[in-house]
Amino acid sequence: MVSSRKTEITVGAFVLMALLAFIYLALNVSNLTGLSADKGYHVSASFDNIGGLSKRAKVTLSGVAVGRVTDIRYDKETFRAKVTMRINSDVNYLPTDTQASIYTSGLLGEQYISLEPGAEDDVLTESSQLDITQSAVVLEELIGQFMTNMATKKD
Amino acid sequence: MSAVINLLQVIGVFVINTVASFGRASIFLSQIILGFKDVILRPSLLIKELYSVGVLSLLIIVFSATFVGMVLSLLGYVTLVDFGAESSLGVLVALSLIRELGPVLSALLFSGRAGSALTAEIGLMKATEQLASMEMMAVDPIRRIIAPRFFAGLISLPLLTMLFMAIGIYSGYLVGSVWLGVDEGSFWSQMQSKVDFQGDVINGMIKSAVFGFVVTWIALYQGYNAYPTSEGVSRATTNSVVYSALAVLGLDFLLTALMFM
Repeated sequence: MVSSRKTEITVGAFVLMALLAFIYLALNVSNLTGLSADKGYHVSASFDNIGGLSKRAKVTLSGVAVGRVTDIRYDKETFRAKVTMRINSDVNYLPTDTQASIYTSGLLGEQYISLEPGAEDDVLTESSQLDITQSAVVLEELIGQFMTNMATKKD
Repeated sequence: MSAVINLLQVIGVFVINTVASFGRASIFLSQIILGFKDVILRPSLLIKELYSVGVLSLLIIVFSATFVGMVLSLLGYVTLVDFGAESSLGVLVALSLIRELGPVLSALLFSGRAGSALTAEIGLMKATEQLASMEMMAVDPIRRIIAPRFFAGLISLPLLTMLFMAIGIYSGYLVGSVWLGVDEGSFWSQMQSKVDFQGDVINGMIKSAVFGFVVTWIALYQGYNAYPTSEGVSRATTNSVVYSALAVLGLDFLLTALMFM
C-alpha cells in the first residue's frame, strides 16, 4: 500500500507539473492574456493602400502600444481598404480628428498603425470612424517617383 | 511463366497479410476502447501505468527539451544576427518548439522510452503465457492489462509534450537572452505577439494527442501480436519503435498541412 501511495503522489506531481507548463505556455508564451484582459473599443479607418499590414498588428500612440488591428477588409462602396482596430478601454481620450498612419518598424520590419491625436473636444467611442489617414509607403512607388524626378531634372 | 506466378503469389500474400494485420489492429483498438469503462472503474491500474509510462519518461524528456531549446536558440541567433533580426529569436524558438519539435521529438522519444517497454512487457507476458492464463481465469487481458496502458499512454504524451515545450522555450531564453544578450523585452514580447494560443498551442497539443494515440496503439498491438518466442519479442520491440517513428513523421506532415496552411 505504501508503494501505491508513493506512485499516486509522483503521478499527481507529474500531472500538476504538466498543467503548470501549459499555463506557462498559455500566459507567457502566447498572447492569451492580451485577448482576455481588455475588451476595449473598436474604431475603423479607410486607407488607399495598407501595404503589408496584417491582422493583430500593433496600434501605437507615440510608439506606445494601445491596441491591435482586428479586421481588414476591402470596402466595395468606397473602393478603399477598411481597417478595424481595437483600442484599450483605458485610452478613452482620443479626439475625433485623430490621424491614423501606417508605418514600418525598422527598414524591413512589420507594419503597424500609428495614431496622432488631433484637437477636437469630442472623443472616439465604439465604432467611430477615423477620417484622416495616411497610407503605407510602398517602396516601389517611392523608387518610381525618384526615377521620374531624376529624369525630369536631366531635361 | 512459373516465376511470374510465383512473384504474383508473393505479392498477393504480402497484400493480404498487410490488410489482415490492419484489420486485426482495428479490432484490437475497438476492444481497447470498449475497455474504457473498466479503466474508469479501476483508476488505481491507470495510475500505476501513468507512473511507469509517464513519470519514468520525464527524465529523458526534460533532458532533451533543455538541450533542444539551447541548440535552437544558439543556431537561430547565429543566423538572425547577420540580418540584425536577433530580436525575433523568441518567435523562432517558440514557434518551432510549439508547432513542430515539441510534439514530434517527444513522440519519438516516448516511443523509444515507453513504447518499446510496453511492447516488450506485453510480448513477454504473451510468451510466458500469462495472458492465456488470465483468460483461463475468465479475466479479459485486454481490459485488465492493455486498456490501462493504452489510456495511460494517451494521457502521458500530451502532458510530456507540454513540459517539453515549456522547458525548451525557457532554456532557449537562457541561452538567447542571458548568455548571448538578446534584449529580454523584445524576446518575450515578440514571442507573445506572434504565438497564437488557439492556432499554435492548441494545435500543437492536438498533434501530440494524435501521436500519443498512434504510438501507444502500435506498441500495444506489436506486443499483443508478438510470436511467443524470445526472437519474436525482440522483433516486435524493433517493429514497435520503427513503425511508431514512421507513423509519427508521416502523420506530422499531414497534420501540419491541415493546421498551418
